[in-house]
Amino acid sequence: MSEKHVSLSNLTLSYGKTVAVPNLDLDIVEGELIALLGPSGCGKTTTMRAIAGLLTPTSGTIEIDGRDVTRVAANKRGIGLVFQSYALFPHLSAFENVAFGLRLQKMADAEVRTRTDAGIATVGLTGFEARKPAEMSGGQQQRLALARSLVMEPKVLLLDEPLSNLDARLRLEMRTELQRVQKETGVTMVFVTHDQSEALALADRIVLMKDGKIEQLGTPSQLYAEPNTAFAAEFMGFENIFRVEGASLVSETGQLPLGFTTQSALLAWRPSGVQVGHGPFHGRVLASSFAGGHREYVLDTSLGQIKADAPIETVEVAIGETVDFDLPLSSARPLAA
Amino acid sequence: MKNLSTWIILGLTLTFLIGPFIIIIFAGASAGEALAFPPDGLSLKWYLKVFTIESFRESFLLSMFLAIFGTFVALLLGVPAAYALNRYDLPGDETIRMVVASPIIVPGIIVGLALLRYLVIPLDFTVTLALFMAHTALVLPYAVRVVSSSMNNLRADMEEAAVLLGCTRFQAFTKVVLPNIRGGVLAAFILGFVTSFNQVPVSLFLSGPGVKTLPIDMLAYMEITYDPSVAALSALLAFMSLAIVFIAERLLGFSRYV
Repeated sequence: MSEKHVSLSNLTLSYGKTVAVPNLDLDIVEGELIALLGPSGCGKTTTMRAIAGLLTPTSGTIEIDGRDVTRVAANKRGIGLVFQSYALFPHLSAFENVAFGLRLQKMADAEVRTRTDAGIATVGLTGFEARKPAEMSGGQQQRLALARSLVMEPKVLLLDEPLSNLDARLRLEMRTELQRVQKETGVTMVFVTHDQSEALALADRIVLMKDGKIEQLGTPSQLYAEPNTAFAAEFMGFENIFRVEGASLVSETGQLPLGFTTQSALLAWRPSGVQVGHGPFHGRVLASSFAGGHREYVLDTSLGQIKADAPIETVEVAIGETVDFDLPLSSARPLAA
Repeated sequence: MKNLSTWIILGLTLTFLIGPFIIIIFAGASAGEALAFPPDGLSLKWYLKVFTIESFRESFLLSMFLAIFGTFVALLLGVPAAYALNRYDLPGDETIRMVVASPIIVPGIIVGLALLRYLVIPLDFTVTLALFMAHTALVLPYAVRVVSSSMNNLRADMEEAAVLLGCTRFQAFTKVVLPNIRGGVLAAFILGFVTSFNQVPVSLFLSGPGVKTLPIDMLAYMEITYDPSVAALSALLAFMSLAIVFIAERLLGFSRYV
């Protein structure tokens, strides 16, 4: 098997005259769990639909295992898709939902039964075969949709916002489930999400998208620690981003002299990277809230508002009071303009 | 006070809806020779006589034929039309919806006259064919409307899911869309059947010598013979409609779709 399992080159996708994705290049490696991450309208769903064959590209090619499938119809691509709404067939039982694709292949009844049973067992729904989708919980429906795609043994499994319709407890359960299924079956999974914590927790690699383009591509730890652009940094929780001019940080409201020199155009700090309690700068506390392990402050400074997390052991500063703080070099992330 | 007025309105509604029906049942069960209410004694002879009148038998068969096959053809056209209007963002789809609904809006007299003037007379269409086309056209709006509303609840991604599991677009339609709108299609069929069967104004214009739908035949019969058999037949037809709607309601909750 080639290293490049799914290969998108020069892919341009549009709806009528609106170009949603211009010139996308992306290689997906066999057996990986890759996340297309970005805000709504960034082209992640469009890209997923194009891989599935539900959307014909304006130009460019899609290759799977070295074969050009750009013009291959969606029902002949061998790609699975778990829809955000699950898209289960309401008139069929759980068993028949899973067996649906197998039956289309004119497979012998006995084999349909064996494979369907196995698929249902993989997602832990044994015993629910006779239920209609409407008689199942959201989490069960999701697993049923997953089984329905998996029994087809797809080359690639696409998942559209797989966790967004679940409550917090089920989300954790499903996350583990997806990782387990991926390990067991070795299927390449591409999932679309707008939730960075979901992508960070689940994916081997993350494709961060903005306006139809790849903003940054990397492992979760790379993206988390080393975002390259202001957009990526903001998405990864660097909430304080400032422009550098000479030896100062500047914003529309004012400036602060830096205690060090830098070549970067922008510097970013996570709230946890801002030091509260001591430092050369002063800010008035606008808001303060307890968040378990730390306390979240919003400071009014000459740069505007700065978000800062202080360890819970430090002395609490009341709203309206002034506090010293620092934006240290050690926790600063330099960004390209 | 509010309670009293509710009861009065309910009473009036029932009187005007059910009243005529009761009058017809009893008028048909008269022992006398003329159509009258209250009836001249009670007997079932007029109910039995209905079945012996040759022209009623013929026109009943024609009406059944028009109602069943006209509605069937209307559904053959209407289901794909409803599907297209629901699924695709067609240019001018509002206009198409209006055109499809126009046979309901335009008075039947005008539809009948237009069909007579422009199809039957110049093109030499047979009366039966013209009637068939007219009934199909009249039922089409109901077919589109009712099937559309049951299709509204069906998400498009269900078909996409079917396609990704190996279906062609057409298979996705027959295996996923149709089973899920079955209730709507049956409801449209029943509504279409009843509409076509009871249709008067259009048929009035298109009925020719020897070719009459049942309601037209009944009108013609009454002009000549003023006996209670027409009332008896009306009562029988009303019972037939009731039975159909009752069965439909029991089988698939008809009222959800209309």
